Amino acid sequence: MNLSQAIEIASCTDPGVVRSHNEDSIAADATKGLVVLADGMGGYNAGEVASGMATTIITTELQHLLEDRPPYRADPLNGRPYAEQLLREQIEKANTSIFQAAQSQPQYAGMGTTLVAAVFYDNRAMIAHIGDSRVYRLRDDAFEQITKDHSLLQEQIDSGMITPEQARFSQNKNLVTRALGIDPTVEPEIREYDTKPGDVWLLCSDGLNDMVSDEDIGLTVQTLSANLKLAAQQLVQMANDNGGRDNVSVILVRVLRDFSVPRGWMSRLFGWLR
Amino acid sequence: MAKLILSMDGLVLKEITLTKERTTIGRKPHNDIQIDNLAVSGEHAVIVTILNDSFLEDLGSTNGTLVNGQPIKKHFLQNSDVIELGKYKLKYLSDTPAAAKGPQDFEKTMVIRPGGMPKPGAAQPAGPGASQPASTMSTSQGMPSMNTSQGMPTLGAPHGKPAPAMPAPGASQAAPSIGTSQPQPTMASSQPMAAGRVAAIQILSGANAGKEMELTKALTTLGKPGVQVAVITRRPQGYFITHVEGASFPIVNGKTLDAQAHALSDHDVLELAGVKMEFFFKG
Repeated sequence: MNLSQAIEIASCTDPGVVRSHNEDSIAADATKGLVVLADGMGGYNAGEVASGMATTIITTELQHLLEDRPPYRADPLNGRPYAEQLLREQIEKANTSIFQAAQSQPQYAGMGTTLVAAVFYDNRAMIAHIGDSRVYRLRDDAFEQITKDHSLLQEQIDSGMITPEQARFSQNKNLVTRALGIDPTVEPEIREYDTKPGDVWLLCSDGLNDMVSDEDIGLTVQTLSANLKLAAQQLVQMANDNGGRDNVSVILVRVLRDFSVPRGWMSRLFGWLR
Repeated sequence: MAKLILSMDGLVLKEITLTKERTTIGRKPHNDIQIDNLAVSGEHAVIVTILNDSFLEDLGSTNGTLVNGQPIKKHFLQNSDVIELGKYKLKYLSDTPAAAKGPQDFEKTMVIRPGGMPKPGAAQPAGPGASQPASTMSTSQGMPSMNTSQGMPTLGAPHGKPAPAMPAPGASQAAPSIGTSQPQPTMASSQPMAAGRVAAIQILSGANAGKEMELTKALTTLGKPGVQVAVITRRPQGYFITHVEGASFPIVNGKTLDAQAHALSDHDVLELAGVKMEFFFKG
C-alpha cells in the first residue's frame, strides 16, 4: 500500500552551533509510511557510524519486509500486528550489527545510539523507541509527548526524587539508560497508537527538546503545520538560536487523510480462508 | 590532515582525507571523489590543499557549488564549512585540535548501564585535556550533581574510558579550570529572547485598519488560512518574515518575497492577502 498520498513527511537535521559532527541520522519513506531517527554517541565519529547503521539497516530491511508482511495483518502467533514484529526484529538486527562493529573495531568501541522508529499503516502508527529521542503528537489543539525517555532523569521523575520542574534544570539530561548497540541484546519499547487526519507527529533528537521548551515546539508545529518543511527548519533554527549545543534532528509526519486498509467482503473472505 | 565527510539527506556516505594537493570532485570515474549523480558535473570542483589550508574552486559546473548555502567560484575552506553539490553535502573538517571541544563533550549523550563498568578493553585515546585519570574526570566535570549518587547505577564513562577507581591527584587542577565552563542549563522559554526590542504590526488597510498587534511570541502568523499565510519569527538577530502557504508570496515595501526568510526593519510595509500593514519597533 502506497501511503504517499495519505501522509506527508518533512525532516531536517543540523550539527548545531557548537559541534562539528552531526551524530544524528534520519531516514524517511513516505510511500511505506516509515520514519527512523537515531542520535549516536561515542568517541570521535563512532556516534555517527552507530546512528547511520541503525537508520540504514532498519529502513532498508523494512522497505523490503513490509512488502511480504503487511504491517496491519495480525501475527498468527500472538495476534499482534506484523508491524510490531518487524520493528522488533530489525531493531534487534541493528543492535547486533552495531554491537559487533563496536566489539571488533577499536575505533568504534563503546558506540551506541538512541532510536525512534515509526511505521504508519491502517490509521495506526507502531512506534518503537530506545533512549531519549522522542515522539510528540499534535492532535487538534493538544501537543503531547508520546514517548517516555529511557533516561536517568525520567527515572528520577518517576521515582519522585525530583519534579518535572526541577528536571528542566537538571545537569543529568544526557544520561540514557537504554541504547542500541551497547549490549548484545536490547529491549525496545514498542507501542501502537491510532492516527487521525490532521495529526502531526514529531520525532526529534534531544538536541531539540533540550534547547526549546515543549510549549514553543508545540506552537511552532501548530502554526506552521500548513508548511511542514518550514516547520522542520524553524524547529532546528529555534534550537540553534537558543544555543544549539547539540546536534538537532526533526522528522514531521502529517496525516493528510484516512488510510485505513479496505475491508470489503472480498478481503474478509480471503482473511477467513487463510 | 583535513577531511571531508560526504553525506546525503543526513546520511553519511563516506569520509575522505585530503592527502593530495589536488582533490577533484565530479561525476566521472577519474575524479578523486566521484559522485555518481546527474546533478553533479563530470568535473565539478577541485580542492587545492597547501599545508593546512584548503581552497575550493568550482570548475564551471552546470549546477554550481554552494558553501554554507552561498554559491561560490573560489572559497578558502574554514573548519566545518558545508559544501553542497546538488543533494550531496561535503563537510570540511580541518585537523586543528579543537580546543573548544573539551567541556562540551561532556554534554554528549552517554549511556549509564545498570550494574556494569565499561569494559577495560573499550579504552580509547582520550581527547585533548583528558590526561587526568578518568575517574576524576567524570566526577569533576562530567556530572557534578552525581555526587548524590546513593543507589545510582554505575556510570559508563563517555567514550568507554576505563573507570577503575584511582587516586585523584588531578582532581584539584581539573575541577576549577573546566568546572567553571560547565554550560549552564539554558532552557528556552516563551519569554522574549535575547534580542531586546519588541516590535508590532499595525494594519493599514481593510476592515481592521488601525489595529495593532505586538509581536511577543516566537512565531506570529498573519493572513488567511487557505489563502495566504506568512509567519513572523522572533529571533535573537531580529524579526523575520517567511511565506507559509498560498499561491502568492508576501510583499515587503512593494517587492515580492521568495520562499526565503526576509529580515524586517523598522517601518517596513507588508502586504498579505490584499491587506497592508506596517512593521515597527516599539519604544
